[in-house]
Amino acid sequence: MIALDPVKLAILRGRLEQIVDEMDAVLFRSAFNPIIAEAHDASHGVYRAHDGATLVQGTQGLPIFVGAMSFAVKAVIEKAASAGGAQAGDTWLFNDPYDGGTHLNDFRLVRPVFRDGRLFCWLASVGHWLDAGGAVPGGFNPVATESMQEGVRIPPVKIFEQGRFNAAVLEIILANSRTPALNRGDFNAQLNALDLGEKRLSALLDEFGAIDVESAMSALVQRSAAMMRAHIETIPDGVWSFEDYLDNDGVSQAPLTIALDMTISGAAMTLDFSRSSPPCAGPLNIARSTAIACCYVALKHVFTDVPANSGCLEPVEFIIPDSTLLAVTAPKPVGGYTETILRMIGVIFGAIGKARPDLSYAAPFGTINALSMSGTTRQGKRWVMFSFFGGGLGAHPHGDGLSHANNPISMATIPPFEILEAAYPVMFTQWALRPGSAGAGKYRGGLGAIYEIEALDENGADIFLLGERGIHAPFGVQGGGSAALNHFEWQTASGVFSGKLVSKVNGVRIACGERVRLETPGGGGWGEPALRDNALIERDLRLGYLPANDQKPSSQEVRHD
Amino acid sequence: MTESPVVLGVDIGGTFVDLLLVDETTGQFRIAKSPSQRGDEAAGFANGLKALGDIHRAFAAVHGTTVGTNALLERKFARAGVITTRGFRDVLEMRRRDRPHTWGLTGDFRPAVERDMRLEVSERTLASGEIRSSLDLAEFEQAARQIIAWGAQAIAIVFVNAWANPANEKQAIEALRRLWPDGSCVASHEILPEIREFERTSTTVLNAVLLPVAGTYLATIAAQMPPNNDGGFHIVQSNGGVMSVEMARRFPVRTALSGPAAGVIAACEIASQAGFPNVISADLGGTSFDVSLIAAGKPAMRAQASIGFGYTIRTPMIEITTIGAGGGSIAHVDSGGFLNIGPQSAGSVPGPACYGAGGDSATLTDALVVCGFIDPRRPIGNRPDFDVDQAKRVIHRDIATPLGLETMVAAEAIIRVADNRMAGAIRLVSIERGHDPAAFVLMPFGGGGALHACALIDSVGIAKAVVPRFPGVTSALGCVIADFRHDRVQSIERPLLDCDVKELRQRLQSMFEETSEAVRSAGVRLDVIEAELQMDMNYLGQTHSIAVGLPSEFLHADFDHATLINLFEKAYQRSFSRLLRETPIKAANLRVAAIGKRPKIDLSIFAPPKDASVQAARRPSRDVWHDGQWRKMDIYSRLDLPADAIIAGPAILEQDDATVFVAEGFSALVDRAGNLIIKRQKAS
Repeated sequence: MIALDPVKLAILRGRLEQIVDEMDAVLFRSAFNPIIAEAHDASHGVYRAHDGATLVQGTQGLPIFVGAMSFAVKAVIEKAASAGGAQAGDTWLFNDPYDGGTHLNDFRLVRPVFRDGRLFCWLASVGHWLDAGGAVPGGFNPVATESMQEGVRIPPVKIFEQGRFNAAVLEIILANSRTPALNRGDFNAQLNALDLGEKRLSALLDEFGAIDVESAMSALVQRSAAMMRAHIETIPDGVWSFEDYLDNDGVSQAPLTIALDMTISGAAMTLDFSRSSPPCAGPLNIARSTAIACCYVALKHVFTDVPANSGCLEPVEFIIPDSTLLAVTAPKPVGGYTETILRMIGVIFGAIGKARPDLSYAAPFGTINALSMSGTTRQGKRWVMFSFFGGGLGAHPHGDGLSHANNPISMATIPPFEILEAAYPVMFTQWALRPGSAGAGKYRGGLGAIYEIEALDENGADIFLLGERGIHAPFGVQGGGSAALNHFEWQTASGVFSGKLVSKVNGVRIACGERVRLETPGGGGWGEPALRDNALIERDLRLGYLPANDQKPSSQEVRHD
Repeated sequence: MTESPVVLGVDIGGTFVDLLLVDETTGQFRIAKSPSQRGDEAAGFANGLKALGDIHRAFAAVHGTTVGTNALLERKFARAGVITTRGFRDVLEMRRRDRPHTWGLTGDFRPAVERDMRLEVSERTLASGEIRSSLDLAEFEQAARQIIAWGAQAIAIVFVNAWANPANEKQAIEALRRLWPDGSCVASHEILPEIREFERTSTTVLNAVLLPVAGTYLATIAAQMPPNNDGGFHIVQSNGGVMSVEMARRFPVRTALSGPAAGVIAACEIASQAGFPNVISADLGGTSFDVSLIAAGKPAMRAQASIGFGYTIRTPMIEITTIGAGGGSIAHVDSGGFLNIGPQSAGSVPGPACYGAGGDSATLTDALVVCGFIDPRRPIGNRPDFDVDQAKRVIHRDIATPLGLETMVAAEAIIRVADNRMAGAIRLVSIERGHDPAAFVLMPFGGGGALHACALIDSVGIAKAVVPRFPGVTSALGCVIADFRHDRVQSIERPLLDCDVKELRQRLQSMFEETSEAVRSAGVRLDVIEAELQMDMNYLGQTHSIAVGLPSEFLHADFDHATLINLFEKAYQRSFSRLLRETPIKAANLRVAAIGKRPKIDLSIFAPPKDASVQAARRPSRDVWHDGQWRKMDIYSRLDLPADAIIAGPAILEQDDATVFVAEGFSALVDRAGNLIIKRQKAS
């Protein structure tokens, strides 16, 4: 490989990142479903020809995909190799979470890019389609025990073969979805993004030549690896362990352990999750590729300056045995993967923080609270309101955590409740910060939130929830306190109820005029609460971030269903 | 107020006050530039007026300001209170559940009004417009008195679903104005009767906290106004339209991008008169590079913007894409060994190292001075000669040494990386929005913009660059020529087929009456008042809507659902390929603007003097480092070049407030209005 001069390298880096950013922008603009269009639950990248390693990633895409996409491309490379290799004009489509990571709603399109008759690199696009079948609209089935209950699974198949569209495959997928029109729109939007990426890349290759572009890509990966090694070297050698827990798997009451032993030896890091719980019956399992992807997200949140490519993970070794819930294969259910990876990200923050308090984040609220309210009006119109909710971020060495933020795996924004009220027969009766929900500390966590929703339709509403942190609270670090627990209840004429499995609720009915109430955790605290500046405590009291007296905010008697 | 043909454009920025006085009947003009100081803009204005000299005829003044943006960025605004629906006082603080950075979980948010100054009252309106519970007036008045007693200088009222029915809000704001007649207060339906509670709340609250700031600021500027200001004092809005100072006092939130918007308006007009309706304007300032796209004579607009994290303003504004790569932006080698520039800036104090004012970082300006593009003995503004050696030292230390390069190579590398970042911003507004840059001209302004024109032409594939006659007073010119404008929005949020078209038309009419009334009271000459009508529409279930332009005849003539559907489908197909005929269409918002067209000013008033000659414009040549070597470069005094002169690159053209670089292989033509048209010479 020839060495590029630093100026050309800086310029090529900018141009490559811009191409991928532009792919993101095209998809967001032309996608149909709001999870992509509004919440940006999608990602694009350029991947290495022979092994699918990530070369360049967009800056706007969903953080968790940034790590997972490389596995999707690898899966396609293997599939192509077994069928005589990739051809120009081929594009693969699939959503298999065991090969490409995450869950069945995430559809991946992978396309080879050829230059002078040679495979130069791969382009890929991933986006969250609203519905891929399964027992629960939207896919977050809190009680699934096998993947067939979560949706239809598509292995890597050629949706385009040398430019010829295989319409049958798409028809089969759409026939299995509750939202075929939206899925079709999103599919076309992802094709738009790939077409554009291919065009831009080809222009760049014309301008700079394949050799310089390839050298730049390799140099970028090497630099990321070098930067990550330099960061790891600043962590003291040793074994740093941290554990956290999931409340339950949605099927039984037993908690699940996520345990990390992080070994630092010079510039090498080993992340060993062997002591974690075995595979569970419910949807809290994840595939190995998902597990590695979320480690990448955690490391990028700590070492923010390392360019996003496969070099980030070069100095990191993973021990994630398939005897744990973190490396399952088909057909173990994985629809609740968000909760498990949020816990993994938390234990990485925790372990690094033990070794380097100056780099530590206390735990973020750590649950997506996928809430679906649905029903059928007297006129026979079916409605489904589906959303994820916010909470507080953990405190950090430089200050308090952010209140009402999104999770570390996502940059998604929450829909305005006025939009929800205009679209569905519901009325929010509260949308507020949750006093006392933050972990105490020298710096406190961000505050969680309270959302209270009343059913307005005379036929009532059915409630599904997939959440966590109802039993095991977000932890504090360096002596900081933990945050408040997640709390979900439904208030009916016959009393106030909450779920036996706490934050997992599988279809309860509330009547018109009755309400559900979700109180989300804040973030954990950082440092001894006794060290908090008095002026900040007074401010917290003045602004009501702390309850004036130490009462529990929700003091009603709560029964279980 | 009389309609005055003499207009004074006033642009007050962070570094300079620029004034441009134009007599629309005679074509005579005067320009003045003087230093400005943030926080004491009135003194800068007074100095500028002194430099300009007396104004003997009746005139109107139009001002582009950044005072609103600065107040928000520096949090120097009024202590205010919010009164809102019970259960919802935290909407402002909860934002849309976002965070400031993709990577890294740090960053805090302090809302413009803190939690203890936000009170809740009993009332509730549903999305249908039905009043679920009416306002408890006694409770409201008690809350208002409480907030006033706590020292509020302004109060915002925001009730849930006031976009659907403002009755409760109206009752509340009337009661507040009764009990606090001299107070600054505003209700959300007056600012933005549009669905989306956070955006409406944020815009209303930011307007409230700016009310006292804007009132004071506008009064101090007005106090400096010379006699004969019979045509009134007016302010440019973020959307590029002008409003009266009375409107600016009521709606200060609409002035957030006032100064930069005026610059884009000027770029649009200059290019259009030079025969180029498609323009990419590029303003290179001290800390940033601002790019806007003008297609077919119309600047691209956006519906909202954030002034820093979580300070969201939703009001139509000219889309201005800003990157942190200005003259004062600091070049650095990051931990991965990459040369990068910005977003940190040396600002104007201490400024680049070459200012010799204590700046110790290598900036873009330092690189340009070291390479000889900027003459160190002709710094812009009244400052001492640039210190070339100091600039060389910091570039050697911070860039050349870590990268293992010669100092001169490092200096040129800084310029190339800056070129590349600027090119990226231009691609973002053009290629990424589906525009082919080859169909556009680049209009660089600000002191250093035209130094990068040739590099940008080459790397983005733009056809040519048009450098205005006076790049330093572009925004002041924009103030003089901008049309008057007033906007109104109203959410509908109903399936189109459920809307009564007669009622839609009545709404359009009443919105136009209200806005044209506001425009008609302007004190300057207007040719005609035009209506701009739009309906935001989408397919039911989509969250993004598209703006569908409606013909202004809809104010008078009947139209039906089929016409609206047809207009929507055409607009939809322009943006996206596939129609969804089986899905119902939703009417989201109605938007109406009344635009008071100003008489055109013929910009040939800026034409070069008849007796100018290329020979007289020549200055001594000097060595400039370019493409890895020192080259002898022709230097010209730009304003002394005659019309139709063609200067072949490589050459540098200098004027008091700007420098132009014409690279080898390019030529610069002086057009009849004194603009420079730079393009690649045809291969011979």
